[in-house]
This record gives sequence, C-alpha cells and structure tokens, in this order.
Amino acid sequence: MPKVKAAIYWCSSCGGCDESIVDLGERILAIRELVDFVFWPCAMDPKTSDVEALADGELAVSLINGAIRTSEQEEMAKLLRRKSQLVVAFGSCACSGGIPALANLKSRKAIFDRAYLDSPTNVNPEGTVPVPHSLTADGYPMELPVFYDTVYELGDVIEVDYLLPGCPPNGDMVATALTAILEGNLPPKGSILLPDIALCQSCARNETKPDQLTIQEFKRLIHVQADPVQCFLNQGILCMGPATRDGCGTPCIQGNMPCTGCLGPVGSQDQGARMVSALGGIGEAVREEDVATLLDGIPDPAGTFYRYSMSSSFLGSHRKDVKP
Amino acid sequence: MARFEPNIVAFVCNWCSYGGADSAGGLKLSYPANVRLVRVMCSGRVDPEHVVKAFREGADGVMVMGCHPGDCHYRNGNHKALRRFRLFERMITQFGIDKRRFELEWVAAGEGKRFQDVTTSMTERVRELGPLEITGNVVEETTHA
Ligand code: SF4
Ligand code: SF4
Ligand code: FES
Repeated sequence: MPKVKAAIYWCSSCGGCDESIVDLGERILAIRELVDFVFWPCAMDPKTSDVEALADGELAVSLINGAIRTSEQEEMAKLLRRKSQLVVAFGSCACSGGIPALANLKSRKAIFDRAYLDSPTNVNPEGTVPVPHSLTADGYPMELPVFYDTVYELGDVIEVDYLLPGCPPNGDMVATALTAILEGNLPPKGSILLPDIALCQSCARNETKPDQLTIQEFKRLIHVQADPVQCFLNQGILCMGPATRDGCGTPCIQGNMPCTGCLGPVGSQDQGARMVSALGGIGEAVREEDVATLLDGIPDPAGTFYRYSMSSSFLGSHRKDVKP
Repeated sequence: MARFEPNIVAFVCNWCSYGGADSAGGLKLSYPANVRLVRVMCSGRVDPEHVVKAFREGADGVMVMGCHPGDCHYRNGNHKALRRFRLFERMITQFGIDKRRFELEWVAAGEGKRFQDVTTSMTERVRELGPLEITGNVVEETTHA
C-alpha cells in the first residue's frame, strides 16, 4: 500500500502538541509505515513552498495545533486546508483557543503596552511596537504578520473535520485518533474524537463525592495537602471535572492534582457557565456575606473556568453568527 | 436622536416572581416593554449558560428573579441562584461587561409594585449604559469590580 501524505503544523501553541506526537515512542514507527509526514516544521526543515507545490487535496490529513492570533497563522491554516482531505484541530488551542486565548481577557493595546513598553526588562525609549509594514534601518520594506484583536480557534478561520482536544492530547488519545483516521473508522464530520460525557463520570474519586456537597471555603492547592482518595471538590479544592469532557484517563487526578479542564466543555456547552452552575449548586453559604467570603476563594473565575476554552466561550470569543 | 431602547431578558420563577408580574398587571401597574419575561419553574433552574446566551444573542441586560430567601418552593433553589450569580457577576466583569447589566432580585407573588420598581430601574440603568457589544475580546478594561 502506498503511504499517504500528512502534515503537522503549529500556530499559536507551546510545542507541547508536537511533543505529544513524538511521545508516541515506538508507536510512531507503525504510523510511519503508513504515513509520510511531508511537512512538520517542529521536526523537519520544510518550507511553505513545499506545501504550495502539492496538488489540492494531496495531503490525506493535516494535524493543526495552536490557536489563531496572526494573519500568517490564518494563511497557513487556509493553505493546509486546501491541500488536505481532512483537517484535525489538534489540541486544546486549535479546538477552543487554549492558554493563548486567555489573552482575550485583555485588549490588544494592553498586551502591546505590556510586552513592548511597560515591562520592566524592556529598554525601548522610542516606544517602538511591531507594525505590519515598515522599513528596516537600511531602507528595505519589512512585512510582519498582523496581530489580531482576538484569539480564534481553528474552526473560526477554516472548516475543521475533527477535533482532538487536550493540553496536550496524551499518547493514548493520539494513537487512538490516528488509528481511527488511518482506518477511516470515523464518526460524522465535525465530531470531537472523545466521549461526550463529563470527566467526573470516569473519575475513581466520584464515589467519595456525597450527594450534597457542602463546601465551606475554597482552598488553594499550595496551602493544603490534598487527600489522595477524596473527591477534590469535597475537599474544597477546585476541580473542573463537572464541566470538562472525559477521555484523558484522568492522569491529573491520579497524580493527586485536580482537573484544570484541558479537554474543554462537554457537548457544545460554555465551560465557564457550566462550572459556575456546578459550583453554585454546592456549598452552604446562603447569606450575602458568607457567599462573598466563599467566592473570594476563587480570585480569577474567568481565567480558571475558561483556561482552555476561551475561543469557544459565549462571551470571550468572536460572534460566530457575525462574520469577522 | 431616538432614545436607546435596551433589550432586557428577565427569567422569573413560576411561583413568586411570575406571580409578582401578574399582580403588577392586576394592579394596572405598567412595567417597561423592554423587559421580556421567560417563565421558569425556579430561579435555581436558571443556568448561567442561559444568561450568557441571552447576552450573546442581543440582550443588553439580564435579570433573574425568584422567591425571597426561605420562600423557594423547592426549598433552596434561590440559594443556589444566589451563589451562582454572585460568582457569575464577578466573572462577567472580567469579560469587560459591566455587572450592572445583570440583576438578581427577589420578588414575591404579591409584590406587584416591587416588580414594577425593579424592572423600571433596571431598564433605566441599562439604557444609560447603552447597547452591549460582545466583540470576543476585552476592548476596554472595566473598573467595576
Ligand atoms: S470533581 Fe474532580 S475529583 Fe471529584 S469526581 Fe469530579 S473529576 Fe473526580
Ligand atoms: S484530568 Fe483534566 S486537566 Fe488533566 S488531562 Fe484530563 S481533562 Fe486535562
Ligand atoms: S420557586 Fe421561586 S425561587 Fe425557587
């Protein structure tokens, strides 16, 4: 059987998603029997022109990780879309914005001011900030990608066939998804390649969770020694399990760390609103003062509840019903 | 220039606040036509997701109204609503949304006058704040903590 061609690309991401593919270890050898990676900037030294030279649809699949913040990322996503039969949004940033999209809680101006002007380690007396078109010191035109106001998820700029969230998706998730893709054993287009239930349902600690949780206060992990068996919420430690998709095998919980929500929301729900709902349903406080004290234990609700899903949130993403 | 007419969505619980709206009607106390009621069984049934959806789809302000604390027909639905929406208010502020665009109120079935008052003051307040624009990013950092 001739090998199929595939590409792996990164946009606004940390490199962890590429790393998780490398982490497949020897399993990648079996995949290499079937797939020729013709474009993978993290691991090889290809050029954009290599992709441009391909026929439309010549790539069987492109795995694109990272969110979209710049015009260059959008262009590359569109190019790969044209050249690929299937596009997979790989990892939480591509699926729903991920960590980079937390920046949607700040204005573009505030980000530039901080990064280029106010940061104490900057020396920038002329107040130079990047602009798309400028001249170099010796007078040559220089082009930089446009830095958008909003961090988009991949599906906001191109059609995405499948989504594999995770920060990053772990080896088993990647192997299962790649096998399904190579065997053509796939759910309807647009699906997320993971179960559509909440993480709590497969968490071993769920049994220790009482029917009615009565939390007095939220504790920060650095201040307590977490019990290794009890449900984190029952210990007053924030755990995103109730508002997060299942499918990772709960590695964090097994490492005695609460879930931070990396697989994003279940269904098409708004992860933060779901978490507010879940947390409001528990707890004992009924008087305004007590509620205020309880909530002081969650100093950054938006950043905590949408840590990985800002670009698919209802308030922190662009209006998907209105064209940008 | 024509006066800005805000869209206000009000989730009202069946047992108290909807009754409050009804008794406002009975007493011929008018309330602003800007306020569109959504009757739900209990304020504890209102998911914050319903509220973000309302904002997303064009509401300039959203109210959730339920029975006074202690009077919820499902015992503690309004207590849940209190914890949920106090947290919710803190969260929307981070999105640059003025929290005065959201209001949690307790209105009993007999409180027609109170229903009129809270819906009127909400409408006036949101009228002053102007239309809500959701851009997908925080354009201006708000200071309404
Ligand atoms: S809240 Fe966290 S620890 Fe508790 S059952 Fe859910 S995933 Fe497990
Ligand atoms: S437990 Fe939560 S944070 Fe950890 S891998 Fe699973 S979904 Fe991600
Ligand atoms: S029934 Fe009115 S708040 Fe629960």
